[in-house]
Amino acid sequence: MNALVEPLAPPAPAYPPHARTYRYDEVDREFLQERIAEFSGQIERRLRGELTEDEFKPLRLMNGLYLQLHAYMYRIAIPYGILNATQLRQLAMIARRWDRGFGHFTTRQNIQFNWTKLEDVPAIMRALAAVDMHGIQTSGNCIRNTTTDEYAGAAPDEAADPRVYAEIIRQWSTLHPEFTWLPRKFKIAITGAPHDRVALQAHDVGVVVRKNAAGETGFEVWAGGGLGRTPVLATKLRDWVPEEDFLAYLEAVLRVYNALGNRDNIYKARIKILVRDLGPDFLARVEAEFARMPRQRYRLDPEIVAQIAAHFAPPPFPRLADDPPAYRDALARDAAFAAWARQSVRPHRQPGHASVTISLKPIGGIPGDCSAEQMEAVAALAERHAFGEIRVTHVQNLVLPHVRQDELFAVWEGLRAVGLATPNIGLVSDIIACPGMDYCALATARSIPVAQMISERFADLDRQLDIGECFINISGCINACGHHHIGHIGILGVDKRGAESYQITLGGSATNDAAIGELVGPGFPYDQVTDAVETILRTYVARRAAGERFVDTYRRIGPAPFKEALYAAAG
Amino acid sequence: MSAPAKAKPATAPMVFTANRLRDGRVVWLAGPGRWAETVREARVFPPAEAAAGLALAQQGERDQVVIGAYGAEVAIRDGIAVPVRFRERLRAEGPSIAAEPAEYLLAS
Amino acid sequence: MPLLDEHGRAVADAWVRVADDAPLPEGPAILTAARLRAEDLSGRNAPLGIALDPATAPEAVADLLPRLSLVTIALPKAKDGRAFTQARALREHAGFRGEIRATGHVLPDQWRMLRRCGVTTVEVPEGADLAQWRRSFDVVDIAFQPAQDSGSALGLRRQRLRVA
Ligand code: SF4
Repeated sequence: MNALVEPLAPPAPAYPPHARTYRYDEVDREFLQERIAEFSGQIERRLRGELTEDEFKPLRLMNGLYLQLHAYMYRIAIPYGILNATQLRQLAMIARRWDRGFGHFTTRQNIQFNWTKLEDVPAIMRALAAVDMHGIQTSGNCIRNTTTDEYAGAAPDEAADPRVYAEIIRQWSTLHPEFTWLPRKFKIAITGAPHDRVALQAHDVGVVVRKNAAGETGFEVWAGGGLGRTPVLATKLRDWVPEEDFLAYLEAVLRVYNALGNRDNIYKARIKILVRDLGPDFLARVEAEFARMPRQRYRLDPEIVAQIAAHFAPPPFPRLADDPPAYRDALARDAAFAAWARQSVRPHRQPGHASVTISLKPIGGIPGDCSAEQMEAVAALAERHAFGEIRVTHVQNLVLPHVRQDELFAVWEGLRAVGLATPNIGLVSDIIACPGMDYCALATARSIPVAQMISERFADLDRQLDIGECFINISGCINACGHHHIGHIGILGVDKRGAESYQITLGGSATNDAAIGELVGPGFPYDQVTDAVETILRTYVARRAAGERFVDTYRRIGPAPFKEALYAAAG
Repeated sequence: MSAPAKAKPATAPMVFTANRLRDGRVVWLAGPGRWAETVREARVFPPAEAAAGLALAQQGERDQVVIGAYGAEVAIRDGIAVPVRFRERLRAEGPSIAAEPAEYLLAS
Repeated sequence: MPLLDEHGRAVADAWVRVADDAPLPEGPAILTAARLRAEDLSGRNAPLGIALDPATAPEAVADLLPRLSLVTIALPKAKDGRAFTQARALREHAGFRGEIRATGHVLPDQWRMLRRCGVTTVEVPEGADLAQWRRSFDVVDIAFQPAQDSGSALGLRRQRLRVA
């Protein structure tokens, strides 16, 4: 049947007992096998010439397979950024066996491998399916992986658990018969916390799960956000969609988009352009569609919600007190541990516990890259200390969501042993960078080496701490996968008469005060962009008032002082 | 995904590059039906023969051997063809950054 | 052009597409909306159909549907998925019970989803490998969401799709 040689993957060990990932049953597994058979067949048809590249391309994209600059790239879905230790180990195995021993975590909370061979893909798909993973809908003009709060189920400020509804969206959008050939990609983010950690307004649809006074669940729905060539922040459609109408309302939004979204110009095809062009008429059309659809058919049954919610029940937390002596002593004893804890350890809703952010941004490293050994080390730490659960963040870091405070020191030591304890979360070297021209076929300039240069320039931790919270985001082209518009400092690499040139935007924000950064002036050549960032940060340090972060100072004093510092000498 | 071959007439010598269908690796047109893995082996077409080169490259697409074939201008240095644009130099040489896992950089 | 029915069988096509200035044939005829509106067709017994272009919402021809036995929808390129929404709207909103036929650049890999949206038949290219169309239709038979082929299944209940 299968003409391709297929090395067999080692059998997957059992799941860690407590991890709160959605657990596949036989139907989910059978579905994955069917999808593997389908895509393997499509690959064979392509290799036999029965499908042209034009016909094959959307099919492979829908299965996560891109053609990049040097090779195919395979993007694997990490649903809403949640993994268990077994899955992470299997990713390490795949990295070694079919790639070059590492993977790259993305801003969409997925992982991608840069050196995949087309003919290996069926075997990789089987290895993924062994741990209930796949690459379905990680690319293509369909509903992509839904992202959520990396601290879901752990954050003290959470009002409702977004994972349950993210999983519901995942199931509903999987091979959706009507929305698989959309005008363009479609990204949904969902959060259940008042503090926006998902860049809600930068998404095609953003959802806030809420509870009303009666304790009922409902959804605030936003639409029409997106970055790329025309950055637009999303518009709120509704304050409240009742739980049972959640899927119906999403259907209504997608129906209007699929019928009316631009199909002629790729730069006008995202829903943000439709929302902007139709103005209030967009909402009117969504509401009209919602009003006339047979709501019963799309009703979200509370029984199904309850079944899915059961997958995300809290792990069996021991009853502990906050600030145990072991933790306090370690903080007092070891300055390096204390420095790391200050950046990486976050409060947890369960007393005596904490969430730990693992930096994938070593000084001078490639943001988001993780070697197979590191994946295995994190998997082992998660099993030992964090109920076997790992999260991927949209700033390309990892999180152990539930760690006992009295085990934080052991976790830190384990991370340090594999180079994963850089204490720079939220600081200037915690940079988002897309792959850029080093890998990406669409790029106009490199972005990874720019991140590396900046990271090295600000390697000194004391200096980073003095500068404080500052998000630098770098994209290698106008598609903005590196979210440059919503970085405090955004860097966009363009091609200026054959040379790399970097445009800088200031004042962007990805959270509740979402803002699109403003272009500060003409671009800088590759070898001057680090100096420009340094000038910007020196200007901030000189002008800041007490307690102001970079972005606060920028908002208060505006772009003029930064422009002057950057361009005065040249002018 | 790849930059399309420009319609405007070539003014510099050209090589033709593509990705191999089976494994995606970068390849360079070395002759009729022949694709090589290094730019050193690429056949250099003088500007006047660029159209013929493109036709050979596109035949490789029709034969299901390569995808995304396109032409790239080169400069000849010491008898060796070097792509003019940075993008094709990266295609020729691989990523400018470490494409294997780095040694651990011990934090703190 | 060969035509596949909902069971994946090749069937004869009795329909004729008629240009606006061409005389009306005896048998089943596919007309434009303009002609269906302009001409008095009340005396005619042979079935009538309409060719819906991708930019026209089914609501715009809702007044005509009660007299029609066939609506063709089109994928100008395989990537252009407006027809999926049109088919679903024809069934769900307009209550259209006749034949919905997919035309244009349809891939075998889209056939199952078109069926799920309410499409009945598909025009396939001359010389198409019908066995491949059948395989592509059958290969994924689990669905996670309600659609036009779901019978009474509601909400998010997973279903195994059976060929009618
Ligand atoms: S922003 Fe551009 S260069 Fe960067 S990954 Fe996206 S498409 Fe590629």
